[in-house]
Amino acid sequence: MQKQSAETLAQGLGWFSIALGAAELAAPRAMSRALGMEDRAGLIQAYGLREIATGIGILASDQPKPWVWGRVAGDALDMATLATGLADGKRGAVGAAMGGVAAMAALDWYCANQLGEAREARPMRDYSNRTGFPDTPEHMRGQAARDATILSPLL
Amino acid sequence: MRALCYHDKHDIRCDTVPDPEIEHPRDAIVRVTSCAICGSDLHLYDGFMPGMLSGDIIGHEFMGEVVEVGAANKKLKVGDRVVVPFTITCGECDQCRRGNFSVCERSNRNKAMADKMFGHSTAGLYGYTHLTGGYAGGQAEYVRVPYADSGPVKIPDGLTDDQVLFLGDIFPTGWQAAVQCDIQPTDTVAVWGAGPVGQFCVRSAILLGARQVVVIDNVPERLVMAEAGGAIPINFDEESVLDRLGELTGGKGPEKCIDAVGMEAHVNRSVDSIYDRVKQAVMLETDRAHVLREMIYVCRPAGTLSIPGVYGGLVDKIPFGALMNKGLTVRTGQTHVNRWTDDLLHRIEAGQIDPSFVITHKASLEDGPAFYKTFRDKQDGCVKVVLQP
Repeated sequence: MQKQSAETLAQGLGWFSIALGAAELAAPRAMSRALGMEDRAGLIQAYGLREIATGIGILASDQPKPWVWGRVAGDALDMATLATGLADGKRGAVGAAMGGVAAMAALDWYCANQLGEAREARPMRDYSNRTGFPDTPEHMRGQAARDATILSPLL
Repeated sequence: MRALCYHDKHDIRCDTVPDPEIEHPRDAIVRVTSCAICGSDLHLYDGFMPGMLSGDIIGHEFMGEVVEVGAANKKLKVGDRVVVPFTITCGECDQCRRGNFSVCERSNRNKAMADKMFGHSTAGLYGYTHLTGGYAGGQAEYVRVPYADSGPVKIPDGLTDDQVLFLGDIFPTGWQAAVQCDIQPTDTVAVWGAGPVGQFCVRSAILLGARQVVVIDNVPERLVMAEAGGAIPINFDEESVLDRLGELTGGKGPEKCIDAVGMEAHVNRSVDSIYDRVKQAVMLETDRAHVLREMIYVCRPAGTLSIPGVYGGLVDKIPFGALMNKGLTVRTGQTHVNRWTDDLLHRIEAGQIDPSFVITHKASLEDGPAFYKTFRDKQDGCVKVVLQP
């Protein structure tokens, strides 16, 4: 995968994160009921905030890689939370949700691995002789101000 | 012919396209010998400017040899060597006659669209969105130059392309930014951004006699280049801009501030720059205005803000109360290139300045797309890329 495609995928994941987070914030009870985990509505809202923050981080950052890794960590947290629902929740719904999270985790993992590293350290070019002037800046200071032709009559 | 074409955000390609033709008796066709990638081209590359279509030829800094002239064009002849200003000017409208070339009333053929967006249109520009006329740009082997008996600047023998190419944009842009500051011998001029325009702002401010010139950036090579031109560098990654400017001005702030950054201000650790980046990412704001806010805050009361940096749309959280109560003067605009070219050409001929100092990379047109990325990411010490078709 080219780096540009990975960046496009990361952007998609960022928007997905924001959309999922908004849904978790807006309808935590409906989600928790669907999973048979009614006592986790507050936790789902908190996870919604996490998703939105991660999504904004991915979209806003010039280097989205750490934020995508943040999504991977969030996926692990989601899996752990859902696993607790296997015992006392709706096993079918929880299982399906875990499958979805696992698929997203794989995509997140893939994307994070494909994204480029931050700019590497490199030798610095030396432009200390690039004055643009025939003499030292101190000598050139004010040369145009002393030149009667400088200001256009149009100004 | 070969030309660099915009296809999408971060997708610029060297394509084969039809050669341009004379469309109006005042036109000329120029064979491009040198062209450059401008910082404002990066706003197109990064997808921040509306009105670009796939296949548009980009580039607005170019020069070359006249190879064809329209029947009504009495100024140019085949074989003339010209630098073409990035603003297309008719030379006859009320604004052109007043020297306000960048707001020529006739050259934007999509004027109605720009009127809707800005209230009143600016001039037509080469290779810079359909809002400014949708004209084919100069990162190409040939360019059609409209109103070619008005804008192009004839170059005398003996001067190289590297010496004069930047007369079409960044040299007069830096010069106008400094002139708009009305620099006095006692002034401190602070320049945000040590990119190509910032470099010319520094040298212009020195030539115009500023007591001290300060430049603010975080790219070490660019700061060194600005220092070579007489500026005191501030690396905002390493020290507080406000504290350092305070130290340099006895706590009073610089009298004159120049924004040579524009809409894509670097996202640093400041709260407002992160706020801008987030709002921009979720499409609630178009431009990142950290530099504007910092200039308003730090500028000495009754001082001047000069803004050559390009802004395209909307910004928010501008401390207008500070701007008003401090009595700051704001001067901005696209560059009235032809207002300055005769004078600046004379200065180059006289040896007062050699603009080629800013060129750090040269490449073929085919390598142009890769150099957009090199320039955007400031890799390999890249300050200015010149392409030779």
